[in-house]
Order: sequence, then structure tokens, then C-alpha cells
Amino acid sequence: MSEPIDIPTADAMRTHPWLRVMVSREVWERVGHRLAEGTLTLVSHWADGATVHTAWRDPHSGDTGIISLDATNGFFPSLGGMHSPAIRLERAIRDLTGLIPEGAPDPRPWLDHGRWPGKSKAAASQPYAFLAVEGESLHQIPVGPVHAGIIEPGHFRFTCSGETIVRLETRLGYTHKGVAALMTGAPLAQASKLAGRVSGDSTVAYAIAFAQATEVACACEIPPRAVHLRALMLELERIANHLGDIGAICNDAAFSLMLTNCAILRERVLRLAGQMFGHRLMMDCVRPGGVATDIGPKDIKQIGKLIAHFYRRFPAIKALYEDTASLQDRTVRTGVLRYHLAEQFGAGGFIGRASSRNFDARKALPSPPYDKLKFDIALMFRGDVDARIRVRIAEIEQSLSLVKQLLAGLPGGDIIVPVAAQDGEGAALVEGFRGDIFAWLRTSKDGTVSSCHLRDPSCFQWPLLEAAVENNIVADFPLINKSFNCSYSGHDN
Amino acid sequence: MRTLIFKSLFTPPLTERAPKVSESALAELAAKVQTTARHKLGHSLSIRQVDTGSCNGCELEIHALSNAFYDIERFGFRFVASPRHADVLLVTGPVTTNMREALIRTYAATPAPKWVVAAGDCARDGGCFAGSYGISGGVQDAIPVDLHIPGCPPSPHDLLAGLLALMNHRLPKRIPKAARVGLPVE
Ligand code: SF4
Repeated sequence: MSEPIDIPTADAMRTHPWLRVMVSREVWERVGHRLAEGTLTLVSHWADGATVHTAWRDPHSGDTGIISLDATNGFFPSLGGMHSPAIRLERAIRDLTGLIPEGAPDPRPWLDHGRWPGKSKAAASQPYAFLAVEGESLHQIPVGPVHAGIIEPGHFRFTCSGETIVRLETRLGYTHKGVAALMTGAPLAQASKLAGRVSGDSTVAYAIAFAQATEVACACEIPPRAVHLRALMLELERIANHLGDIGAICNDAAFSLMLTNCAILRERVLRLAGQMFGHRLMMDCVRPGGVATDIGPKDIKQIGKLIAHFYRRFPAIKALYEDTASLQDRTVRTGVLRYHLAEQFGAGGFIGRASSRNFDARKALPSPPYDKLKFDIALMFRGDVDARIRVRIAEIEQSLSLVKQLLAGLPGGDIIVPVAAQDGEGAALVEGFRGDIFAWLRTSKDGTVSSCHLRDPSCFQWPLLEAAVENNIVADFPLINKSFNCSYSGHDN
Repeated sequence: MRTLIFKSLFTPPLTERAPKVSESALAELAAKVQTTARHKLGHSLSIRQVDTGSCNGCELEIHALSNAFYDIERFGFRFVASPRHADVLLVTGPVTTNMREALIRTYAATPAPKWVVAAGDCARDGGCFAGSYGISGGVQDAIPVDLHIPGCPPSPHDLLAGLLALMNHRLPKRIPKAARVGLPVE
């Protein structure tokens, strides 16, 4: 065991869980070692200007924090060499800021495809150097960036031996929109809109993460009713997405009855959201300082009706999944993600929990209203497609109960307060349906954002997909991929 | 499984239907779209969706078109897996600089006659992402666009109405017979 990092913990941490401290190279490297030995989990890794940051969490004590290193000379010590989950984040840092991770194991560009006018350092003319494969009778299948379904763009390079996938290498970055750059100097309202469009399926979770970080930065306390309404939207978003994905996974296993039934329930949730909040996906409904729309007694009755409808319909859907042997035949023991990898990469959300990684930001960093609500973390051990489906089924049930509790204890009062902008800095970690979303930002007293970083849970999940498909047959890839459902847009941002 | 199937036999269909008209514009749409597609193309309309960098919100609503409430296939629309099989490219998202070439190539791979529908505010001009180094612009800056469906994201209803408008106003009165049977057109 190495010594603890010499940065403030305990009391200081409790009042401000994401305290950021400037550290020396030596401490930076020590954190690298602790990440490598697994006594710290990497939460995010990014740069703003000439400073590099690493957000971490101690899985045993639950402490969290951010360390920063001055890199004005253009270099910083690579964490990727010690801890592979940092590799792609590091490659992104180099692409976006030009800072060079010294001793990085992978010097290839990542988000930069050589096409950004005036910014690219990579050359578009040069083909991307996929990892070399050696061995007899191996063949490669390139797929994408334009895929065959209604999905986001990315490139998959399969190396196969017969039907079996020997290696999958993903190449991402196609949907990079330069969100961090657009945020810099943007007024809070505009930046909040952008945050809600990093990954549209998680718009509520992103908007909450952004808003919470802003509220820390500007020392703003939001009304309790807003806290509840945010959680209500977050749980509705979780239910809707889980339903959509469970149906889609089963559809990829050629069992469309599940898709039909799940899609109906999903549509009911979206319609109600549209009625109550004015937007089916609840975009822009969460704002810094609170929420945009209030709900009335009629809405509460509607939600109650919807929950009752779920309790009538959902058990049959669950049973349909569990009792269909031909479906289980495709999902059980397919695309297994081992526990140690899930732990090493800090796999968020149902992906981690299906491989028995016991982490849920709603419990790990309990903030209102979740600290007062009763719910269980659904854990499974097998780490296969089946486990990921079952975790999501269980999470739908938990979320239904959370919605009920939230409505039962819904406080009265205002739903939004003005945010008095000031020079400040804040961070937040929010459990979206896909996993924990990390937001860090700096605000300026003129009411703009001066720097912002948003990390999607997919950043740590994409590499795990590559591990999970190994030794599976090509025909099972769509199923495994869907069971992960990583966000391209969130990752590329 | 049996329980569910039996149940579905005894519950009325969810698919939004039958004119008490004005409100139930959806059902009206259904009938119109179907006759137009058949009449004009001689077959149902094959749509290939292309995401050129969207936030994935637009995709969610396009997916919803296939659920039991909207059931897009009854209108004579089909989503196909390849641009080679498509009549319509349904493009979402701002066009990122990293996706521009892929979009142009997809367009080139789609046989004529073809139409392009740009769905969502991003697809018009980059939406809230416009001005970034990572965005080359809207869809029309890369390929010709026949119709734009506004919204962020457009609701399934908006999408359907948009596709109908495409058929009524943008499709020629009749497609040359050669094209209908899939032969090259002069
Ligand atoms: S129009 Fe809206 S929903 Fe569609 S891609 Fe753009 S931001 Fe996302």
C-alpha cells in the first residue's frame, strides 16, 4: 500500500466533495500509481488551458477530489502508461489542447481526424493506424462510420478467426462537436442548453450535472421542490431509456414481442413527460437555479395512473423475458464483462452493476433528495447480456418506487431561484440511466462559463465493450453492443 | 408469453386511428401517405437514416415512429439498412467535420431518384452547435436538401407530417417507369 495522497481529505471533503488542489509532479505520479493499484478510481481526466486535471474517487473511503498539474511547458506525465482507462482521455487532451502526455503508451490521435480547420494536428490524408494483427487465417471486417440501423456513427474494426471475434477496435470521434469550446464564454442559459444536448438520451442527467456544478460555483441553493422535480425527471428518463433498450436488445435477438411491449410503455412515459413538462425528452426543463416547469395536482394524478399501469403491465413483460428459453439462449453467457475490468475502468451504471461493481452515484455521493429515499442497488454477478438486462429490469422497478416516494414527499414552494453569477468553480457527479456523468466548470461573474468539462459514462464503457465481445461470434455483436448502449455523442462531445 | 399474446388479442389496438378527424390528424396522415407513396413511387418509401453527429435525441424520436402508436410501416414507409436500397435519406444532427465525407459518400451511394430530408434544428444549420470548429454546417451545406423538419428533436408527429409533405410537394407527379422498376434513368 502506498501512502495516502497529501491533499486535504476528511472535513474539507465533506463540505465540498470535489475540492481541487494544485499538486506537484510527484504527487501526480503517486496518484497514477494508486489508480494503477486500484486504491483509487479514475473519475475523469481533462485539461483546460495549460492545466491538466484528474478527478478521482477512493472506492473504500468514498472520498473524492480533483488534482491539477501545471503544464505550461506543454507536457504532463502520462497516467495512461500506468492506468489504461486514462489512455483515451489522454489522447483526447492532446487532440484538443496540444498538451503532450509524456510516456503515453498510445501516441495516435483520437477525436482529431485531421479535419478541424485551423485546429487539427493529425493529417486527414493519413489513414488511421489500426492496431496490427498477426496470425494465420484471420480476417478483418470494417463497419461504419455509417451503420445499418438508426444509430449514431462510429467505426468498428473486427478481427475474426472464422466466426469468432478475436479483437474489436473502435474508432470514435465522428460526432465530436467541440462542446467544451462552445461553452467557453457562453452565457449560463446557453451553456445549460448545450449540456442538455451532449447526449440527448441523458438530457435530464446532463442538465442536472451542469446545474449542480453551476450552483456549487455560484453558491446558489435551490428550492426543495426543484430538487424533487429534478429527481422525478431523472427517474422518468431512466425508466424510458431502460425500456427502450431492453426492447431493442431483445429485438436484436429476433424477439420483437418484447420490443413492441417495451416501446408502448416507453411511449406512455414520453407522452406524459411531454404533457407535464412541455418536452417529451424533458430537454431544457432543468435550469441552473431550479427547474423550468412546475407540476400540478392533475399531473400528479396522471403519474399515479401511469405507475398503476406499469404495475399491471410490467410484470408480464418481465416474465416474458425470463420465461422465453430461446431468448435466454442468446443472452446468457454472451458478452461477459469480468468484474476486475469493470472495477479497473470504474464502469458506471448498469454495465458495472451487472458485473457486480457496487457503485451508484445516488448512493455513493448521496445528495438530496436521494439521501432520504429508499431504494436498492441492483447487482448481478455474471456480467453477461442477460445480467445487464436483469439489472435494468430491476432498476425500472426501483425507479417506479422512487417516483412514488418523490411524489408522496413533494414539498411546496418555488421551483427556481435566480443564480447570482460569481467567479467560482464547481463539480458534480450525477447518476444518469447509463451511469455517472461528471461535470466540472468554472463560472465568471459576468454570467458566463469560462471553462467546462463534461464526461460521459461511455468514456469508460467503450473500451469494456471491446473486452466483452472477445471470443463471441460476430452475429452476437449487435446484441452485446446494444446491451452496453454506449453513447457516441456523449463520448465524442 | 402466451398470456401476453392472449391479452393483446383482447385489448383494443393502441395504434392511433380513425378520424374523429381534426384532432386525429395522424390517422388522416396514414391514409394520405400510403396512397401517395404507392401512386407516385409504385412501392412503399424506403428511408435510410443517417446521423451526421446528432446528440442522439433525434434518433430516439425516429425510433418512436415504429412503436405501436405511430406504426410507421402502415403508412408505407420502411427503414432500410443500406443507402443502396433507399429512396429517402433522413439526415439528423449538425454535420460534423468528421462526418461530412461519410455523408457525401452515403448520398453518392443512394440511387436516383432520391430525396433528402434534414430532420431537427441541428440539421438545418448546425443548431446550437453552429460556429464550432467541429461543425461544418447544416446538411444543405454538404448535399442538396429537399425538405427540412424543424424541432429539437422533431416529435414523431412532426416527422410523419414532414414526410407526407415531401411526398405531396417535392416528389414529381410520377416517377419514370424505368426508375420505378429500378433501372437506371437517363
Ligand atoms: S436537433 Fe436537438 S435533438 Fe436533434 S440532434 Fe440537434 S440537439 Fe439533438
